[in-house]
Amino acid sequence: MTVPLLSLQGLTKAYPGVVANDTVTFDIGEGEVHALLGENGAGKSTLVKMIYGLVKPDSGQMLLRGQPYAPPEPRAARGDGIAMVFQHFSLFDALNVSENIALGMENPPPMKDLATRIREVSEAYGLPLDPYRTVGDLSAGERQRVEIIRCLLQDPKLLIMDEPTSVLTPQEVEILFQTLQKLRSEGTSILYISHKLEEIRTLCDHATILRLGKNVGECTPAETSARDMAELMVGSTLHTPERSGREFGAAAMDVSGLSVPSPSAFGTALKNVHLTVRKGEVLGIGGVAGNGQDELLNVLSGETVTEADAVKLNGEAIGQLGPVARRRLGVLAAPEERLGHAAAPDMSLTENAMLTGSVRQNLETNGFLNWGAAKEFAETVIKSFDVRTPGPENAARSLSGGNLQKFVIGREVLQDPDVLVVNQPTWGVDAAAAADIRQSLLDLAAKGAAVICISQDLDELMEISDSFAALNEGRLSAPRPAAGLTVDEIGLMLGGAHGMEVAHD
Amino acid sequence: MISLEKRPQPSRAWSLATPLVAVLATMVFGGLLFAMLGKPPIEAIRTIFWDPLFGEFAFYYRPQLLVKGAPLVLIAIGLSLGFKAGIWNIGAEGQYIIGAIVGAAVGLAFYPYEAWYIFPLMVISGALGGWAWAMIPAVLKVRFGTNEILVSLMLVYVAEQLLASASLRFLKNPEGFGFPGSRNLQDYPSAFNADLIAGSGMHWGVVAALIAVIFAYVLLNRHMLGFHIRLTGEAPRAARFAGVNPSRLILLCLGMSGALAGLAGLFEVSGPAGQISIDFNVGYGFTAIIVAFLGRLHPIGIMLAGGLMALTYIGGDIAQSNLGLPSAAIQVFQGMLLFFLLALDLLTNYRITLHKPEVA
Repeated sequence: MTVPLLSLQGLTKAYPGVVANDTVTFDIGEGEVHALLGENGAGKSTLVKMIYGLVKPDSGQMLLRGQPYAPPEPRAARGDGIAMVFQHFSLFDALNVSENIALGMENPPPMKDLATRIREVSEAYGLPLDPYRTVGDLSAGERQRVEIIRCLLQDPKLLIMDEPTSVLTPQEVEILFQTLQKLRSEGTSILYISHKLEEIRTLCDHATILRLGKNVGECTPAETSARDMAELMVGSTLHTPERSGREFGAAAMDVSGLSVPSPSAFGTALKNVHLTVRKGEVLGIGGVAGNGQDELLNVLSGETVTEADAVKLNGEAIGQLGPVARRRLGVLAAPEERLGHAAAPDMSLTENAMLTGSVRQNLETNGFLNWGAAKEFAETVIKSFDVRTPGPENAARSLSGGNLQKFVIGREVLQDPDVLVVNQPTWGVDAAAAADIRQSLLDLAAKGAAVICISQDLDELMEISDSFAALNEGRLSAPRPAAGLTVDEIGLMLGGAHGMEVAHD
Repeated sequence: MISLEKRPQPSRAWSLATPLVAVLATMVFGGLLFAMLGKPPIEAIRTIFWDPLFGEFAFYYRPQLLVKGAPLVLIAIGLSLGFKAGIWNIGAEGQYIIGAIVGAAVGLAFYPYEAWYIFPLMVISGALGGWAWAMIPAVLKVRFGTNEILVSLMLVYVAEQLLASASLRFLKNPEGFGFPGSRNLQDYPSAFNADLIAGSGMHWGVVAALIAVIFAYVLLNRHMLGFHIRLTGEAPRAARFAGVNPSRLILLCLGMSGALAGLAGLFEVSGPAGQISIDFNVGYGFTAIIVAFLGRLHPIGIMLAGGLMALTYIGGDIAQSNLGLPSAAIQVFQGMLLFFLLALDLLTNYRITLHKPEVA
């Protein structure tokens, strides 16, 4: 039997109150694409951080080609041929591609040579990238390419990829997969972290499934159904949101001819956006990050005011109204960025309940705040949405991402909106909680509210949307009924192979 | 190896304890400093912290504490509102001067006519003067995006020129034998901000400072505006999401701090100082910045910090005259206090962890 490239033996890592990894054992073979599957909080990140030298295991050992391997820091891991593409990019917007790559190198070569190398590597692997473009101008897919090429320049033996497709269009995913397959054919092993089962079935040779820090099973993805893998991951049968056939009412929110200049150098201008969402309807808006999602939410929530006529609620012009006035009329929103936008990190959940709840929950009289009522409202949200926290007096930043997301969504849903706009409602939330959040959006729609769900997760949008539209560079495609849309059609709506070629500028 | 680890949420215990620990550390290191200067350290510390309150001549120093502490607290309360929202009014000194000039000018305009309403009118105009001076950086920031730190700071020097002009020209005492300076308001009963109880140091400025403390406390803890101020400081995007209009907040915060600084100036010129003179301002507007931070931008904390700061001023003066400590040493001592406070402040949000170096 051949020696595996990397062998993990009984890796255990405990943090106060939680065992992140409990005697995890598995092997990654040479030239193998190995999937690491698991819900959020299953311990995937901790595990790869141990492999990459960011975290040291409490016990257990790793063998790299049969030799003991215990990287004290990422530099050592890179020295041993292990590279990692993180889910969140660490790039400087204001610098160009080669400058960004040079920053991450121990001994960067002269800029001209580096640019040539970048061009060579990017062409060899089918990831076209202009080394002189400013990163701030790149799409999410192109930014990811910068990260991948940064790794490939080290000539890695093992490439770790953390949820690489979460920001890509279907077409971009296709291109990424071709690159990964080429790498595999050259003998590079890939550890591929994801919870998207279909893509794992397409791409991976082998899969290890983690649940609550333990290795609960291994399988060959191509021979295992997505449902079986999901149930291994979740540990119980999956609950899919129910959709009842619904009648839609009159138009609730109506946006017409909306154009808003970009708020900052790296923002996106909205261009001639038209949309209508009816009472009882869920409008799903897809698109790759950075195509105007934040800007659209701000315009709908009232953070950005526009000409009065551009946004209408039940036929009345509300474009000039700010967030408070819109809340009073029943237009609520939950922005994507939980910490710092939807919630103030250092403030308590009670204070964060006050943040958007003051108007509709009667938490203030003549400007004076009723903290008792705010606390009750926070407690209601915590209880109804199963937010795991010791109590409403805890700071928002002390909650895990998923729990804070439940709080943020719950806070708006429980205020009984007429129109609810959410951006990335289940980003970073575990599968069970995500299903609950989607169900709550559907319940809201069933009660007659109009819901606009902006998301990059196409599976999510297909699951809950009645109509579907896509944002691409600040333009919104015409909404189409979601039923019957194929992945290819959606891909084309998202902008086709947008950003897939080297820009000619 | 020592490393810092971010706490999941700010430690309440540390946020209350840091000012006390900072004062203790200042005493220890200040004592060392005095010892190195060849002065008895314990006696020096006692002279600064104990004598003004409980020493032989405390009956004289205690009222001074109120006189010096009140303007500091009044100004610092106003500044803290802006600081909490991330709006940095550094020019309270200028607003203090303008408040004093405008208030005194209104009072002197009535001289020698006596009426009950003169002093209240002066109070209102003092506040308006400070407010107007603060509106300059506020409006420039809102309209043109200028930096309020620079503009408010530079306006201090403009105000100082106006002060010189007032004492040499337009408010000069016509019966002052050519000396610079206005008429002494202490000799004009309708305009005199006298001690409410003779010899107590308790003048209207002290009352105003107490009211400001209570007002700020209620505003920050119970009112939507205070909530919005805190929210803007903690998370500006969340504040916009909550419906805060940033421009309005800038105008309000700078306006309030300017008005309070103007009030402090008016109470000073009409009471303890008595007259507009070239060197009327003694840096309360700048010291109040320290007081605001020493008090953790919390109204009650600011009240205590104002008292402490006044104590080190008075105690420092005594130490200079009794022990011959150089005034620079006293300034270093006061600087240490802020230094230790800011350094220890880190412990509110971080904890220090010790771990053995791992074998690579």
